[in-house]
Order: sequence, then C-alpha cells, then structure tokens
Amino acid sequence: MKDIRLEIFKKASLCRNFENSLYDKVQEKIIKFPVYMSAGQEFIASTISVKMNELDIKPDIFIQHRGHSTYLAFNGDILQLIDEMLGRKTGCSFGMGGSASIQSKENNIFGHDGLMGNQVPIGVGACFASKIPTIVFVGDSAAEEDYSLSAIGWASTKKLPILFIVEDNNLSILTEKKIRRNWEMHDVANGMRVKSFDISDDPMVIYKHLKYSFSEPILLNINTIRKYWHAGAGTDGENFDRYEEEMKFFGTEGKEIDEYNKNLVLSAWKKQLGKQ
Amino acid sequence: MEKTVRETIKEIVRVHLVEEKSMCFGQCLTAVGWVGGTLPELYEEDGMIEVATSDVANGGFVVGAGLKGIRPIYVVRYQGFQWYNAPIIINYACKSKEIWDIPCPIFIRSIAMEGAIGPVAGSSHHSLFQRMPGSKIISPMTPKEYQYAYDEFMKDDDVYYISEHRRSYDNTKELSNVINKDSDFTLFPISITRFDAEKARLILEDQGFKINIIHQLWIKPFLFKDEWREALNNSKHGGMVLDDDYEEGVASSIAHTMMISANKKVYTMGLEHRTAGFHPDVDNLPPTPVAIAEKVRSIINRK
Repeated sequence: MKDIRLEIFKKASLCRNFENSLYDKVQEKIIKFPVYMSAGQEFIASTISVKMNELDIKPDIFIQHRGHSTYLAFNGDILQLIDEMLGRKTGCSFGMGGSASIQSKENNIFGHDGLMGNQVPIGVGACFASKIPTIVFVGDSAAEEDYSLSAIGWASTKKLPILFIVEDNNLSILTEKKIRRNWEMHDVANGMRVKSFDISDDPMVIYKHLKYSFSEPILLNINTIRKYWHAGAGTDGENFDRYEEEMKFFGTEGKEIDEYNKNLVLSAWKKQLGKQ
Repeated sequence: MEKTVRETIKEIVRVHLVEEKSMCFGQCLTAVGWVGGTLPELYEEDGMIEVATSDVANGGFVVGAGLKGIRPIYVVRYQGFQWYNAPIIINYACKSKEIWDIPCPIFIRSIAMEGAIGPVAGSSHHSLFQRMPGSKIISPMTPKEYQYAYDEFMKDDDVYYISEHRRSYDNTKELSNVINKDSDFTLFPISITRFDAEKARLILEDQGFKINIIHQLWIKPFLFKDEWREALNNSKHGGMVLDDDYEEGVASSIAHTMMISANKKVYTMGLEHRTAGFHPDVDNLPPTPVAIAEKVRSIINRK
C-alpha cells in the first residue's frame, strides 16, 4: 500500500506545486483574471487517478470549475494548462476557458462552462448515452443546485456506471455549509438509493472506497480543506494541510519529490513565458 | 395520399432511432397520444427515453448525450417550458464548439400550442434561443420543410431549435410566397401565423389591396434575400413581421434587420406584451386573420 500512497503523493505534488506557482504568477500580475485553485484538495483527484490506472479504466471525466488538480492528476498537459492561463490559442481550451473551463480531449476530460453544477446532469446524460465509466466532480455548493440533485436521482434510476465526487470544502465563496443547508449530500444520495459515503480526503481512505466504482452509481462526499481563496490568489488562513502531512510521512523521499515537481513546474512556466 | 406534417415527423423520429441508432429524450413520450401522434411506438430499448420530471436537469442529460456524438432529439412538449429546459443547452451545448472545439448537435423539437393553457406553457418562445450564439432556429410548417430541417441538421454540427406548432400537424400543403410587382403591403409571417397570414391576404384582396406574402422558415441565421428586399421596397406601405412569440423578440429583431437594408418601414405583430390567462377572455393568442387585416388597413390608411 505504501507504493500506492507514494504514487498518489507524486501526482498530488505536481498539482500542489502547479497551484503554488500559479499563486506566484497572480501576485506578479502575470495572470490577470480570476483563478480557481484546488490546492488543499489535490489528494482527491490524485487518488482516483491512481485507482483508475490500477483498474485499467479510462473514464469520461466531468470537471468542476476548481479543476486544475483534476486536469493534472488525470495526465492533462501542463504546458497547455499554462498556455490557457496565459490566454493563448495553444491553451487546453484554446485560450477561451481561462482557469475555470479547462479540458483535455486526450484524457476524456470535458470542460466546465461556469454554470455551477451543470456538469452533474451533463455527465449523467453522457454516461447514459455511452455507458462508459464516468466520473463527475462537483463542489459541495454546486451539488446543492436543483438540477444536480435530480441528475443524481436519474443516474440511480438508470443504474449508471457513474461516480459522483463531491469535493466538500465546506465553503461557497466564504459561506459555510451549515448556513446554507441542514442536510448532507451523502444522506440525500442514499435516500435516492445511490450508495454514498462521507469520508475524509486521506488518500488511503478514498482509495479504499473506490473499490465499489462503476458497478452501480456511487457518491463519495469527501471532506477537504481549501488552501486558497474562492477566486484569485489569497489564502484561507492557516489550516490543516494534507500535503504537508503526507510529505512528512514520506520523509526525505517526500521532500525530494516535492523539489522535483517544483523544478518541473518552474521550468514549464519558464519555457512557456519565454515564448511570445 | 399526401403526407401530413405529423406523419413526416413520426417517420423522421423512427429513422433517427432505428436506422441512425440515436435517442429521443422527453417527458411522457410514451403516454397516450405519443405527442400528438408525432412519435413512433418505440420504447427505451429502441432509444425512446423517458426522462424524469426535472426540466432543467433533463436539458443537461441531452447535452451529455450530444457530447457523445449521438445527435439526440429532445422533445419539449410546450415551448413555454423552454425557460426551464434551455439553460444548460444554451450555455453548454451552444457554446461547446466555440470554447472546446467539441460540437454538441441536438435536434430540439419545441412544440407550440395555445388556447386555454395559461401563463407558462403556451405559444412559441423561439426568441429565447435567438439572442445567444451557437444555435440555429427553423420553424417548419409543411412536410417538405420539416424534412429539410432534419436533413440540414444531419449535415451540420450545431444545436437546432425546431419551432413546431401543433396546429400545423394536419397540414399536407406546401406554402408558397406571393410577390406582386406593385403591392400595397408585404407580410413576413413566422410559424403558425403563416396560415393566418394567408387568410388575411385573401380578406385584404377582397377589399382591393394587393398583398405580398413571404414565408419565414429560417429564423436564425436570418438571411434577408435580395428578392425579399426588392418586394419590400416595392410595397407602397411597407411590411410587417408576424409571430407567435412576443413582438419584443424575433419579430422586432427581424424587422430591424430588414429596415436597415430597405427603404420601407417594417411593423411587427405577435403576442401582446401581457400574461396569458386560461379563460378565453384573458388568453393571449397569436394574431387572427381579421386582426392582421385590420392592422394592415390601419397602417395603409395612416399614410
């Protein structure tokens, strides 16, 4: 299991270092539009990606707006992501998508258009038409959208091979979940006869719960902690940081992986910024 | 025997499901009546997909199916319900090609009817789709026009909004333009108003007026043909766009496009800008032949 945990950490490290570098680029005013960063949440996509590799499944992926880590964890091209941040035609969404609407055709990652939560019914419809294993990522706030809930219900009715991942950072911009609702996603989904679990973003816990994937609709409500603001480069304050914990677990090797990815990301930015 | 619009649609849906192996989504499709007899008696295993009573999400399901390249048909039984069904189609399917280079062709059968169906369901709402990029709108009222609309869709990779009207379903006749060299007025009718415009023309001709009628099949993209411009310019008192939607939409937009490239005024006539009630006294119906004729006479007499 340690090998798997290490594989997950490697992916998470790339994601975290990308987001840190993006934070710097916003501070330096190289990036001048809102960015939706997924630092703090990177173990979710990283773990699922490792599990999919192990199962030899290449799912259709419907991404949410806070999706850089999903893109990178599922092998999206980092140079195209950087170009997208720079608004270039060579970007992964041809410079049209910015931070929120990234895609990767090669990796079956469908972009998000900005209507919060609509990736849920769209993913359900795609899965219904194709019957291909499908993963839908959605935030805890977007999951509240009425059409998200009805889509989960229809996926249950049709018994689709679909995995709903609720990335639950407890915040909608800065409004906490308890102010918005008195119910939990996994309870609602269970009520719709979707097998659902409320779990932490500990990679080994996520990994364990993925064993049910695609035999029926599954929903994992994964509690996580956002590191950066809703949009733009600012921090949500000092919180528990899963990445730091995992790096500590791997000791020197963890630090080396972090350093390797930091250099990889920095050289990618250097290469792309050097192009005019 | 000549085919009706109803039979044409039914056959198109059959071919689309059985031969093209596609899907047709909608609410209560397999109920009694099969959507006014426009659907073949097929079921989920054949691609006839009953969705839940969740209008907004249903639009999303069809977008997802569109992204997978199956060219779904989506039946919305009342055009007024497009206000709930349209958001994900307009914001995702219509923009997908431009943002991500992934086309999402969908054939939306959007069905109008009116008369005692209240403030939400009735009439045409094609204006809703007109103001956003990425969609094409066509309003076929004859068998050949409907077949043409489907054939165009199958050659294309855009979202097609087919603005149907139940009153056209029994129609077997094709509708032709009438263009006089020296007319008094030109009517540009859309959707179900095309039939009533024909009747209004006859009323006006009985009263000694020469009236052109130029049928509008394509709503978007709207192409103002040279022949039509010439007919408008040669009409002594201008023209009028007739619609089954509110005037402050497609009708006004098309009239504006016509006026900036012609030298005549173009008026509009459609639904009144008020909410429809259920009782006949408070309903909001498309212009009748008599009302059209009256308005044309008042414009002509104003000069």
